[in-house]
Amino acid sequence: MEYALAVFALAALVAVLVVGPLRRPGVEEARDGARLEELNAAKEAKYREIRDAELDHRMGKLSEGDWRALDRELRGEAMEVLRELDRLEGRAPVG
Amino acid sequence: MAGVGSACLAVGLLTALYAVGASIRGARTGRSEWVASGRRAIYCLAGLLVGAFAILEAAFLRSDFSYALVAQGSSTDTPTFYKVTALWATQDGSLLLWATLLAVFSSAVLFLTRRSLREIAPWATAVLGVVAAFFLLLMVGWENPFDTLASPPPEGAGLNPLLRHPAMMIHPPMLYTGYVGFSVPFAFAVGALITGRTGADWIRATRRFALVAWTFLGTGIMLGALWSYTELGWGGYWAWDPVENASLMPWLIGTAFIHSIMVQEKRGMLKVWNVSLICATFALCLLGTFLVRSGILDSIHAFGASTIGVQFLVFIALMVAGSAGLIVSRLPSLRSTAKLDSLLSREAFFLLNNLVLVGLCLVIIWGTFFPLISEALTGKESTVGPPWFDRLTTPLALVLVLLSGIGPVLAWRRVTPGALRRVLVLPVGMAVAAVVALLALTSAADSPASLVMFTFVAFVLAVVIQEFGRGARARGVMTGEALPQALVRLAGRNRRRYGGYMVHAGIAILFLGVAASSAFLDQRDARLSPGDSIEVGGYDVTYRRATAELGRDRGGTGAPISLGAVLDVRRGDERFTLRPTRNYYSTQDPGKGVVSRFFEGEATSEVDVRWGLRRDLWLAVRPDLASLEKAIAEGDRKFGDAPTDVQALVIAALADRYRRDPPPAAFRAIVSPLVVWIWIGGGIAVLGALVALWPSPEARLRRVRSLYAARVGRELSRA
Repeated sequence: MEYALAVFALAALVAVLVVGPLRRPGVEEARDGARLEELNAAKEAKYREIRDAELDHRMGKLSEGDWRALDRELRGEAMEVLRELDRLEGRAPVG
Repeated sequence: MAGVGSACLAVGLLTALYAVGASIRGARTGRSEWVASGRRAIYCLAGLLVGAFAILEAAFLRSDFSYALVAQGSSTDTPTFYKVTALWATQDGSLLLWATLLAVFSSAVLFLTRRSLREIAPWATAVLGVVAAFFLLLMVGWENPFDTLASPPPEGAGLNPLLRHPAMMIHPPMLYTGYVGFSVPFAFAVGALITGRTGADWIRATRRFALVAWTFLGTGIMLGALWSYTELGWGGYWAWDPVENASLMPWLIGTAFIHSIMVQEKRGMLKVWNVSLICATFALCLLGTFLVRSGILDSIHAFGASTIGVQFLVFIALMVAGSAGLIVSRLPSLRSTAKLDSLLSREAFFLLNNLVLVGLCLVIIWGTFFPLISEALTGKESTVGPPWFDRLTTPLALVLVLLSGIGPVLAWRRVTPGALRRVLVLPVGMAVAAVVALLALTSAADSPASLVMFTFVAFVLAVVIQEFGRGARARGVMTGEALPQALVRLAGRNRRRYGGYMVHAGIAILFLGVAASSAFLDQRDARLSPGDSIEVGGYDVTYRRATAELGRDRGGTGAPISLGAVLDVRRGDERFTLRPTRNYYSTQDPGKGVVSRFFEGEATSEVDVRWGLRRDLWLAVRPDLASLEKAIAEGDRKFGDAPTDVQALVIAALADRYRRDPPPAAFRAIVSPLVVWIWIGGGIAVLGALVALWPSPEARLRRVRSLYAARVGRELSRA
């Protein structure tokens, strides 16, 4: 009896909680918001790579030529991310 | 409340299945309300399982023997500390712990990714739901921790005495947290494969979970080794037992994964390798959980034969086949976006390190399952022992330690030979100096493998020190900061890099302890009477007197009888006393007499260790009860019907007799050089992992800013 009552009560409680979002469709933020966060994460990762490469260069692990080529490439990739971020945030992309 | 607990599990199973269905529907239709509903189902599941866990813990704490599990794994005289842990010392309870941790971890990751990975997250929710449903099905169908007894016994069987150790309180939850933690990157990897979004987004979102899992699993393994060293009475910390191996295998592959995802993040390479590694890691986590429960391999750590081995095997097989099929079907989207520029690059060495780690794991798999393989092939079960494992794993471990020193000095993409020479001069010089010093001042040459290991450890430590030093100097030049300030800020702003270096240093130190303690260990086994002495590893050990305690064992484990010894130890001017004991736990076997049941139940060694940074002295005693046998048998005969307080007096008299007139006792004395560095190194590695996974203040601030930016954009678009 205790088991049956508990199953009923818990199932009802869970049902109320999980059905909640179904009664309010579309309250979730726009898809752009998610993409924005992903792009910000990608931007931070790219910045970290640029800083890492500079540190490696200053520590003598990367030659001047290698570092300049790598830095140029990474900055180019970061600019791509920034362009898309600007587009999503409604700002006119620079350049 | 047992009915409520069972109901939590039954409703939990339905909730997990609903989470799977709702998430898949949301993913396929693109309707976010279904995704949100599926996610919320996982939150509910966590609530249900935490509730079930609390109900069972409460039953253990109040010694409610109407619960079969409590009667089987606890007793009224089990200390409260161990009543709490008794839950996961049982098979059913450990399944509940697994499922609860899984639901909590899943909720955490789904909450953190609720605004990102829109396409991948619903599939990941479904995968996490499937895993949770499997564990709940096991409990609902076969191993219900809330089973009750029609006629509860007045007293429980008590917790296995071997498990009454502080490390055992923490060891299983740590291992399970590690196993469960790896389910998160696995689920997101599957989501990435299904959606074809195989870039680095899923890695960035789950990297911390993988690192948390790795840290917990590693900590669990180290605590298990500590328990083995201080509790099992044989003097070692690793025996290549199947269950020990079962926890090491996913840790090794998880280590490979944590390294190789960096290559994908930075270079877009190794995508197939990474999804394969995380699938293998999670499969090995399940295999580890299965090995402890199936009873197919003999282990002192296993729960013994059970009814759920086949179910586990089927689930693992389905998971492996499903993952492999998915990877093969997505091969076109897993092509690398870059190629290896040079063999002298960090990514090339990461790949090499991955191959060594996978090789180590394959060796361990072969050795662990050799009894089954040999039985299948020859009809006769054979086993491979520790020497076999040592012979094969030692060279691989040496290469691994060397690579952990070379990797940090290399840059991504390529390193010129000139730059390589510059960064290697100091570490190689230090390594050479270490060899010379070791050869001149110690007997390290007696063990060539250990000598090589010490050299490589010196190399790794020199590399790490150099990395911190050069980095701080470079930052100082860039910012004008003083060296100490530059060092702190450098590590604070590059936590992944410098936390990782700390991990490398910690693991190298751990291997230093392993190499020294295994190659230069000095062990003596002897039977001593009071007044006798032995010499071991430069220590003079003298058996001064016997001890006997009733209900007051040193470890507070609740043992009714503790027999032991007091030994005086001398080494030069250093003098100290050690008190090893052996605890005797009563048995409820009705075939035993009222007195003999106190001496013929389970017994555990409570070793005494003099810890030291240079060496440990480890002592265990095994009292000889033969001289008491006659008196014990007489006590059984004469006092079988006597009141319990009279029986207690008889036992006290026997203990006193042992103390006053002890027969020779068997002693094992071990001197292990540098063994404590295993746990110090492990601790440094854990600290490094915490540094690496802790978000920097800037990152937290940027995350808040990005959330606000998203909100501004959303609200403006509505206006």
